[in-house]
Amino acid sequence: MAFLRLLAILAALIAGLQPALAVRIADADLSSHVVALGVGGFDAAEKAIADLAATGDDRVPTILDRLGNGELMVRKADGAVFAVEKAGLDFRLTDLVTGVGAGLAPKAAVEKIKVNNRIRRAIASAVGALTLMSPDPSVRRAAAEAVMKSADVAAIPVLDQAIAAETVADIRSAMLAARATALLASDAPEADKVASIAAIADLGSRDALGFLSGYTSAEGAVGAAARKAAAVIESRLMLWDVGQNLWYGLSLGSVLLLAAIGLAITFGVMGVINMAHGEMVMIGAYATFTAQEAIRSSWPELFDYSLLIALPVAFLTAALAGILIERLVIRWLYGRPLETLLATWGVSLMLQQAVRSLYGANNREVGNPAWMSGAFAVGDIQVTWTRLWIILFALAVFFALIGVLKRTRLGLEMRAVTQNRQMAAAVGIRTPLVDALTFGLGSGIAGLAGVALSQIDNVSPNLGRGYIIDSFMVVVFGGVGNLWGTLVGALTLGVANKMLEPYAGAVLGKIILLVAIILFIQKRPRGLFALKGRAVEA
Amino acid sequence: MITTFLIDSLDRRGRIVVGLLVALALLVPAGNLLVPEGNVFHVSTYQLTLCGKYLTYALLALSVDLVWGYCGILSLGHGAFFALGGYAMGMYLMRQIGTRGVYADPLLPDFMVFLNWKELPWFWQGFDMAWYALLMVVLVPGLLALVFGWLSFRSRVTGVYLSIITQALTYALLLAFFRNDMGFGGNNGLTDFKDILGYPIQAPGTRAALFAASALMLAIGFVIASAVVRSKLGKVLVAIRDAESRTRFIGYRVEHYKLFVWTLSAAMAGIAGALYVPQVGIINPSEFDPAASIEAVIWVAVGGRGTLVGPLIGAVAVNFGKTWFTGVLPEVWLYALGALFVVVTLFLPRGIVGLWDKLVTGRAKPAVEANGAGRQTGEAA
Repeated sequence: MAFLRLLAILAALIAGLQPALAVRIADADLSSHVVALGVGGFDAAEKAIADLAATGDDRVPTILDRLGNGELMVRKADGAVFAVEKAGLDFRLTDLVTGVGAGLAPKAAVEKIKVNNRIRRAIASAVGALTLMSPDPSVRRAAAEAVMKSADVAAIPVLDQAIAAETVADIRSAMLAARATALLASDAPEADKVASIAAIADLGSRDALGFLSGYTSAEGAVGAAARKAAAVIESRLMLWDVGQNLWYGLSLGSVLLLAAIGLAITFGVMGVINMAHGEMVMIGAYATFTAQEAIRSSWPELFDYSLLIALPVAFLTAALAGILIERLVIRWLYGRPLETLLATWGVSLMLQQAVRSLYGANNREVGNPAWMSGAFAVGDIQVTWTRLWIILFALAVFFALIGVLKRTRLGLEMRAVTQNRQMAAAVGIRTPLVDALTFGLGSGIAGLAGVALSQIDNVSPNLGRGYIIDSFMVVVFGGVGNLWGTLVGALTLGVANKMLEPYAGAVLGKIILLVAIILFIQKRPRGLFALKGRAVEA
Repeated sequence: MITTFLIDSLDRRGRIVVGLLVALALLVPAGNLLVPEGNVFHVSTYQLTLCGKYLTYALLALSVDLVWGYCGILSLGHGAFFALGGYAMGMYLMRQIGTRGVYADPLLPDFMVFLNWKELPWFWQGFDMAWYALLMVVLVPGLLALVFGWLSFRSRVTGVYLSIITQALTYALLLAFFRNDMGFGGNNGLTDFKDILGYPIQAPGTRAALFAASALMLAIGFVIASAVVRSKLGKVLVAIRDAESRTRFIGYRVEHYKLFVWTLSAAMAGIAGALYVPQVGIINPSEFDPAASIEAVIWVAVGGRGTLVGPLIGAVAVNFGKTWFTGVLPEVWLYALGALFVVVTLFLPRGIVGLWDKLVTGRAKPAVEANGAGRQTGEAA
């Protein structure tokens, strides 16, 4: 009766989860049907079971399940039916309908309701009818899946009824598969079993594969059919796996894009290696944390918008920090990129320590707003809302930046300085101002990346460290001074990383990728999409 | 003859340094072993080991300076060569443990028994012989540098691009050595050494000998570096640093010069690592951390790049500061180190040695390093 119990628990669970769909009749009516169970005689009991099932009440499966387990007794004094539990020599009585305790009764005062195989079949069909034929499709689907897992032979007759009545196609196929599963476990003729395997194979899910793997080593036609079906499902699942990895890769690529895009600007326009770029990301993440804490304590009703509010905060904080670094340190080192690299490394050490002093060395928790949590499935691909939003956000930032570069005055001046600094200065562009603003823009975008990363990574003083080498790889791979190169580079590296992972493991995959990039740089020292012309020649 | 040639290549300052190092190699171990405790001239074993560690750092700094200060190649991955030399030495020391390990396996190091390995991997073969291990200390980093340099210099990867891929190189090695399957002890690295060349590694005599070896090795490295930079080849290196394209147009095969000094420097870093490991008693993947390599660069910058004395002074001074700060004010150390990076690059482009030249002797040499590097990279930018 394992599957009955499963169904009963399931029905109760679903009833608890979805009160709107639960069917309930008055307690007194249900009680009168329950009392009929204890009248005596198997015929009467069978009729009582049918009557109970006919009420459609969601408490019925549990009651019937307990009846099947022999847990129901009649109190001799008034004929009332209770669920009992042994308590020493006596029995503890519980009302079946209300679940209220009804005191203790000595052994002599109660009598067990007898159950034979006929009654058990009646119970099985009644519970099955209640769940497998429930008006709620999600209850029916869950019931079919539960039978599939338990593979109980006793469920076959009920399933046949349910299949005949089912109108929703995929629930019907789930029921067929469940029936096939049960059939395979029984001693049915081989031809039926082969047909069952075909029915399971139609399902194509991971559960079906797991079930079939129990039969692939079987002899004769059943084994052959199971092996064939398993192979078909495996190749189908492999395709979905590729899809899933592609999705993970795009997700990683979007994170890389966010982290690298600011670097691409500062590196591209100013030829400056900003080793503190990762710390700008970290500042953005901490700005998000601070903004969210302020919202939590002062305007909790705005919590769902906290990330939107944090965007400008993070952008401005990081941009300000970037402009300060540019004015105080970097501008003295133009034309000496190696020194800039060392100085900004020093800045990054100080920023890390400063954040550690201010916020402590432990990870900080940044909350998920409701609209970002949860997941949904596309076929067999799991898609979390967080990842989806980050991909969209990365693309939005990317195109906004392209817009700034192509359509604004600042963008025009930035491009001019990238292409030829001296000539730009000669035609009157204030290159120092452009430098400062460029650096602010690049840092601000890193701050935006921090907002996104605060949702998927630990907000700690070391947050930036983890991304700096990857970001450099993206920029160098994509080609300096070309944002499209950064986009292609980030997505390529992200997807390649996730595609390698299942075969080589996470660490080895990353090593392979790093070595590949080192070799790639030898072939194309200026990256995938290199700027051409005299300005970039050494 | 070669010796006289090498000694002749030293300038006055170089002779002082080499003399000082030889004196250190003799006097400090004597101060540790012969002078009784309590005497002012007594050197404790802790101080001895600490100073020995500083000397290996100084050798690493010298190797960085050779490529950066004289050839304009900023390596952010010299720690990789240092660590590879260290691992080669560590493997020899592991094989010397023999049956004294926890699992008492005569052939396999403890971590391999722990991972249920049955056979010694091929790359561990031969490391029970000291001469082979010492050969590998030079060969492994040297070969890696040769291949990496041959690829990079031939395709003219220069400036920050080269810096970034050296960083990627050491990062890839860091990840690789973290893996248990690699057969280098994974996260824990190699440790719990017992003997070196048949002498117990913890004994005061052995420690003193290791110190003396470090000091002498540093002196030899200094003489070799000095011979290189003062030869005609050294002049070409400086020319490459200051104007790479121009040097190429004159007719020099720039990549050959770079490759030579790059490989030499890597081998030197490997030797430094090999001397470092028996003194600190452990080698683990954290030595591959890109941050460690960048720190080695700042030692050179602080001391004064483009001078041979500078990196020695810088490595000892910065590490002394690190030991002192992390003992007294641990949270201030990162501020201090960060500020050091900024202040030195902004205000002391020629480091302590440059400052000394300017203030004390007053014979400020033409600031060829700073300007030169600026010109060279200015062209690239």
